[in-house]
Amino acid sequence: MSEVAITRAEWLHVCKRSDLVANSGVCALVGGRQIALFFLPDQEPQLYAIDNWDPIADVGVISRGIVAEIGGELTVASPLYKQHYRLTDGQCLEKAEYKLVTYPIAFEGDDVLIQIDH
Amino acid sequence: MVKQKIVVIGNGMVGHHFLEQLANRPERAMFDVLVFCAEPRPAYDRVHLSEYFAGRSADDLAMGKVEQYREWGYDLRLNDAAVSIDREAKIVTSASGAAEAYDHLVLATGSYPFVPPIPGHQHEKCFVYRTLEDLDKIQAAARHGKIGVVVGGGLLGLEAANALKQLGLEAHVVEFAPGLMSVQLDEGGSKLLREKIEELGVTVHTSTATELIEEVDGGRLRMQFKGDKELVADLIVFSAGIRPEDNLARSAGITLGERGGIVVDNHCRTSDKNIFAIGECALFDNRIFGLVAPGYSMARTTVSLLCGDAAEFNGADMSTKLKLLGVDVGSIGDAHGRAEGSAAITFVDEQTGVYKRMITDRAGKKLRGAVLVGDTDDYDTLLQYHLNDMDLPDHPEQLILPALDGAKPTLGAGALPDTATICSCHNVSKGDIVGAVQGGCCSLADVKDATKASTGCGGCSALLKNVVDTELAALGVEVNNDLCPHFPYTRQEIFHMVQVEEIKTFDTLLHKHGRGKGCEICKPTAASIFASLWNEHIHKKPHVGLQDTNDTFMANMQKNGTYSVVPRIAGGEITPDKLIVLGQVAKKYDLYTKITGGQRIDLFGARLEELPEIWRELTDAGFETGHAYGKSLRTVKSCVGSTWCRFGVQDSVGMALAVENRYKGLRSPHKIKMAVSGCTRECAEAQSKDIGVIATEKGWNLYVCGNGGMRPRHADLFATDLDDVTLIKYIDRILMFYVRTADKLQRTSVWLENLEGGLDYLREVVIEDKLGLAEELERQMGNVVGTYQCEWKTAINDPEMLKRFRQFVNTDVKDEKIVFVEEREQRRPATREEIVKIAEPA
Repeated sequence: MSEVAITRAEWLHVCKRSDLVANSGVCALVGGRQIALFFLPDQEPQLYAIDNWDPIADVGVISRGIVAEIGGELTVASPLYKQHYRLTDGQCLEKAEYKLVTYPIAFEGDDVLIQIDH
Repeated sequence: MVKQKIVVIGNGMVGHHFLEQLANRPERAMFDVLVFCAEPRPAYDRVHLSEYFAGRSADDLAMGKVEQYREWGYDLRLNDAAVSIDREAKIVTSASGAAEAYDHLVLATGSYPFVPPIPGHQHEKCFVYRTLEDLDKIQAAARHGKIGVVVGGGLLGLEAANALKQLGLEAHVVEFAPGLMSVQLDEGGSKLLREKIEELGVTVHTSTATELIEEVDGGRLRMQFKGDKELVADLIVFSAGIRPEDNLARSAGITLGERGGIVVDNHCRTSDKNIFAIGECALFDNRIFGLVAPGYSMARTTVSLLCGDAAEFNGADMSTKLKLLGVDVGSIGDAHGRAEGSAAITFVDEQTGVYKRMITDRAGKKLRGAVLVGDTDDYDTLLQYHLNDMDLPDHPEQLILPALDGAKPTLGAGALPDTATICSCHNVSKGDIVGAVQGGCCSLADVKDATKASTGCGGCSALLKNVVDTELAALGVEVNNDLCPHFPYTRQEIFHMVQVEEIKTFDTLLHKHGRGKGCEICKPTAASIFASLWNEHIHKKPHVGLQDTNDTFMANMQKNGTYSVVPRIAGGEITPDKLIVLGQVAKKYDLYTKITGGQRIDLFGARLEELPEIWRELTDAGFETGHAYGKSLRTVKSCVGSTWCRFGVQDSVGMALAVENRYKGLRSPHKIKMAVSGCTRECAEAQSKDIGVIATEKGWNLYVCGNGGMRPRHADLFATDLDDVTLIKYIDRILMFYVRTADKLQRTSVWLENLEGGLDYLREVVIEDKLGLAEELERQMGNVVGTYQCEWKTAINDPEMLKRFRQFVNTDVKDEKIVFVEEREQRRPATREEIVKIAEPA
């Protein structure tokens, strides 16, 4: 008899719309994880959630990076050593071996919800 | 391998050049090198000797530092003159008694100033103008005098007259010949130069021979001239030419010229094949070359020969261009038209005081010489025609006539042969530059780095740019100065758009002139331009997303994600009470403290969420943000000045405070640092700053565009003896002009190096208001000064802004991943290994 691991994804409330900063990032602590939230009102989608941990600098600062479009793709530039991570899938553009985890995120009215596996 | 031994006698500029060139050769390892130097210090820049009076120190003028020689592995014997050469045994003996054997001996003994044997010339107030020690003596004597006389109206004599003027003396020049600079200038040029110099307040006496110098009442000197004229002076400087220093060679039996000078062949070899002579002690083709460039050329020839290359010295061009007492003077080739079959074209404009004369062959096809006084813009072009023996254009007169419609025939770089020397200081040919460009150098700065071209006197900068641009164009390289993929414009162009169209947000700018969504290059650049022009708070909503983390959080992010806090301590002046507050705050938040290089106190290790509390305490105590996070004015360093210092001549702290308080908050393409020193001892190191101010007896000397950092650059002397108001006015204009025209992240040093026309052009814009911009630049600066706000003070009183400083938007817990350890009784970030250790205790 074989066992099948089932991962259950759940939408969690993180914060209010007013906690976000337009065109910039903030950081939330969800289930022990630091997650960077970016709110870009003029883009589609408007919300992005990506790991806050910068694996190259080894510190949690991704939420404090500047949003930059590189070759048509939206990225965040790490504030320490300036590598770019794609907001949609977390891929580092300069170093292929680094990829940050991204999370589904959405508004529900004024609430910000995020989906986390656990 | 048995090494050969080279002994060099003399350590002036030419001797130094020899050693420097040798050090850069792979063959260097084949030699042991020993240098005898009679002076107490290694080589220094005699060409710029007069700048010693304008505030440059002996250290600034130094070319060869003792440490450098040590690094090169040379045995340098300072204060130890060579006294004899035993050619048979190949041994040099020195004053200290050392006897050193050589395989090759290089004489670089230079020359000494000629002092005419006028009775009384040995008086203690008679000087020569040759060494730093001479200058010290002149300066000391000038303190108690009013009138200074220079005997000799040549190039160096006029330099000396300028120096006397700078020392506050009434200056006279006495010349035996009928005209000034009679070697380089013809009669017309010499006459105009005289008029211009007299306008500047220097009295010129030509066709005047001094017969006697005697002390009169009160210790002054009376000069008796032929024909019953006389002049009473407080000091006399002799500058009547140089004589080769050839005594050592003479007593060693080496062949000398009839009137002195060590005879050398085109390999710089003397009559003894193991002995070379280079520089002003050497006589080649019966000539002594009294300029530094030919000496350098001899040094390179000798190095090449010793390293086994074929090299020849074939004489040197004595053309020269310089500024004497602020008057532009140029002389090329046969300036007097002495060669047979010469024809001349002369242009004289008495109104503007310009004299230009070209000497051609009779057919008007080749340029043999030229004289330029009052305007030397045509010098580079004429020199190239002369040096490369190129055919002149059909109407050669156009080369010196003012262009009526701006269509002056310029010498295209393409027309020059590859052998044309572009930079004579470093002997860089057009071929070298073309090679560098073809080898991958894509900008003027790259070419300068690679070839050293235009890094000496800088006189060739315009021509160099011309060659580089032409070559890049020939290679089909389009020089792309676009800011980034989102803006096909330079920073300067964007600045103009923002200013003219009064654009105040990034969205508007992007919508009107850009494309895409912006990036980490154009966003902060736009934010900086908005701040320079409109000076709104950087946290104002539309600007928030444009800032780098340091600007966003108004603190400097350190390696572990925490921040450092730097309050402004203007001029480095701080009260004990404020010092105590800094200590208390640091202690309360357990911050690592350190005095910075710019005389401030840096508090490290603040967590994001602690920043507002820390700043509330600091602003309550009267501190302001230090802008250490911005591309903006950082510090104005100062020494203690006349208030406390026994040597200070002005209140440097007061001026530093005034300057720092005026420009704090100014945002610019790169960070800006300044310093104010209270005297020429320069304790504030102002000459390494973007703006440097040094006190003089009469006011302030202003230095511009210096830089520390990776590529240090000494600041240039911009203006002298300014009063307070003029000083501030000039700084206003310079800074705003920089803010408007510099490239993104371009330091002032690089900006100036790339500014067409360089320092002279900057002076024209700032002092003479050539562009008619002065008032606007001042008004713009006035706006920045008038709208200053302490960014932190505004932020801590705005709850909306403060929300930004939460570590997590959904909880107040701290970031557990930030770990500190203790070292030297303070906290510092834990290393990766230390974190692992702490997490898994044994």
